[in-house]
Amino acid sequence: MAQDANSIRDIRVGVPGPLGSGGVRGIVVPADRPYGSWHPAIQALEDRFGRTFDPFPLVVNKRGPCDQVCIKVAPDQLLEVMRFLKDDLRCRFDLLADLTCVDYLYFPNGADRYGVTYTLASTRLRHRLWVKCFVNDPEPAVPSVTSIWRGANWQEREVWDMFGVRFEGHPDLRRILLWEGFGSHPLRKDYPPQGLGERASYEILGPESA
Amino acid sequence: MTANTNQASGQVIGGHRYSLEQDGSRADRWILNFGPQHPATHTTLRLVLILDGERIVDCVPDIGYLHSGFEKMAEVHDINQYVTVTDRMNYLSPAMNNLAWHGAWEKLFGIELTPRCKVIRTIVGELARIQDHLVCVGAAALDLGAYTPFLYLFEDREIIYDLLEEISGARYMNSYTRLGGLLRDINPEWPDHVRAFLRRAPGTLSDSEALLLRNRIFIERLRGIGYISAQDAIDWSITGPAARASGVLRDLRKDEPYLCFEENWDGRGAGPVDFKVPVSDMGDCYGRFVVRLEEIRQSLHIIEQLVENIPPGPVNSPADEKINLPDKAEVWGSIEGLIHHFELVMWNRGWQPPIGEAYGAVESPNGELGFYVVSSGGRTAYRARLRPPSLINYQCFADLIRGHQISDVVAVLGSLNIIAAELDR
Repeated sequence: MAQDANSIRDIRVGVPGPLGSGGVRGIVVPADRPYGSWHPAIQALEDRFGRTFDPFPLVVNKRGPCDQVCIKVAPDQLLEVMRFLKDDLRCRFDLLADLTCVDYLYFPNGADRYGVTYTLASTRLRHRLWVKCFVNDPEPAVPSVTSIWRGANWQEREVWDMFGVRFEGHPDLRRILLWEGFGSHPLRKDYPPQGLGERASYEILGPESA
Repeated sequence: MTANTNQASGQVIGGHRYSLEQDGSRADRWILNFGPQHPATHTTLRLVLILDGERIVDCVPDIGYLHSGFEKMAEVHDINQYVTVTDRMNYLSPAMNNLAWHGAWEKLFGIELTPRCKVIRTIVGELARIQDHLVCVGAAALDLGAYTPFLYLFEDREIIYDLLEEISGARYMNSYTRLGGLLRDINPEWPDHVRAFLRRAPGTLSDSEALLLRNRIFIERLRGIGYISAQDAIDWSITGPAARASGVLRDLRKDEPYLCFEENWDGRGAGPVDFKVPVSDMGDCYGRFVVRLEEIRQSLHIIEQLVENIPPGPVNSPADEKINLPDKAEVWGSIEGLIHHFELVMWNRGWQPPIGEAYGAVESPNGELGFYVVSSGGRTAYRARLRPPSLINYQCFADLIRGHQISDVVAVLGSLNIIAAELDR
């Protein structure tokens, strides 16, 4: 554990990476690992799970790979990995900053359809990590992380509402922005921006129904 | 949609049937619909309160009344068009949303802003923060019955609107940023007007503080109400002043610096802007209120440093990057300028962003405001997600309000500063 404590101090006071302003600040990237695909949490994950995690930068632009590192996790491993990321001293991702989903239906070279994306942040170590969990039709479902971060509650409901991805074990998985009778999941790529004519079927309320 | 039934057997609350009988069949339990049209909800929020006399036994927030599909709209509007939609998310500080939206795209493209652009964006962002906090503090006081400070603070807010109108042409919905730059440069007199504002704002603040912070009624309405512990704040993903009032040390301006909060932002060794992050351990409505007031002071201090030396030079990225529209003189005077303009405005041309994803976040007045943008190489976003601080800060509301009196609802709502347009998007 003493070794862990040392590495934490390194992260906090380390020299900023080449881009400086990105998602992970003050992390010293080892010389033998390419920039944009290394993160202190990855080492901890690989030690714990005994396999490689193949981190990749979210985007490679003209200035090179960005410092936003992402890992892919299979749905059946998600809870175990997330709980480890929250509790381990080298990771300490105590804040679930964002939870969203991307429908990769028409995305170039998109293999899987729904990518549930978790933006993890640490209030202590001041670093971030992105975790993606891919699921597919017909019954897209990932385990709910509400047991790890309570803040996932409404964000998971929103993903269910907008994408139709179920969260197994969610305490109260209802639609949040749309109403229960709404048939589709509008942020899916095959839902047209104009809608499917739901407006036409709305009941018009007159003064007598008030 | 199922209608609400008001029979004694139960009521449908946000899809759940709540039965008074199941709840111990207490005859004095009753259900109150708070909103969606209550003035203290500021916009359209609906709370279903289950009451025992005036004590709140349970609360079910029901949101979605203002849902307008903002995230879907990003898939049909291009990057610069969509900035007008971001204005309408948190309409109390539209300029901050603009910064966040284009900041995320600039991260994706890998655009480095010019020093002048960074300074102006930082000033505008801090003005927006002051604007937002002034409304939040003023309206919270108004909801609790203190009318005068509300008017004092709104007068200053009006001056910020004038300042933003002067540079962007729009009073309320500024849409001031563009990809890799700004709508246009500031006019030479603008820094003087900002200085005039900086001179008068501290007076207004101390006037309002004198009216509120020594007011026994006001303090007793806020102290100990809606307490959040630091552990709970992190667990509920609460960010911004609401988290800092609970003792969470997290401000993206310090932790993940951007614009002028970054070391060496002008490429010539300038240090980050000097300011302090106010943190309180109170964790209640009063703590959030005090933190916001202090943040206004710190923002004034930030602007003070920046407005004195706005670096010269262009505000847009260099012309050879083909990111910003060229000058009109260049468009009408040279064939290169004309083609450049044409390439950008034609629907089937435009930018060619790298295929990938980026998450850009700024410290907005209410917390971490981030955009997760996905690009498939086209001129519109493939998917854009707003990380709405209002939605995420509002999740804990039912837990906060349980056990309080009904009149505390407005105090807690006001201190969390829930903006329904951002909440529902």
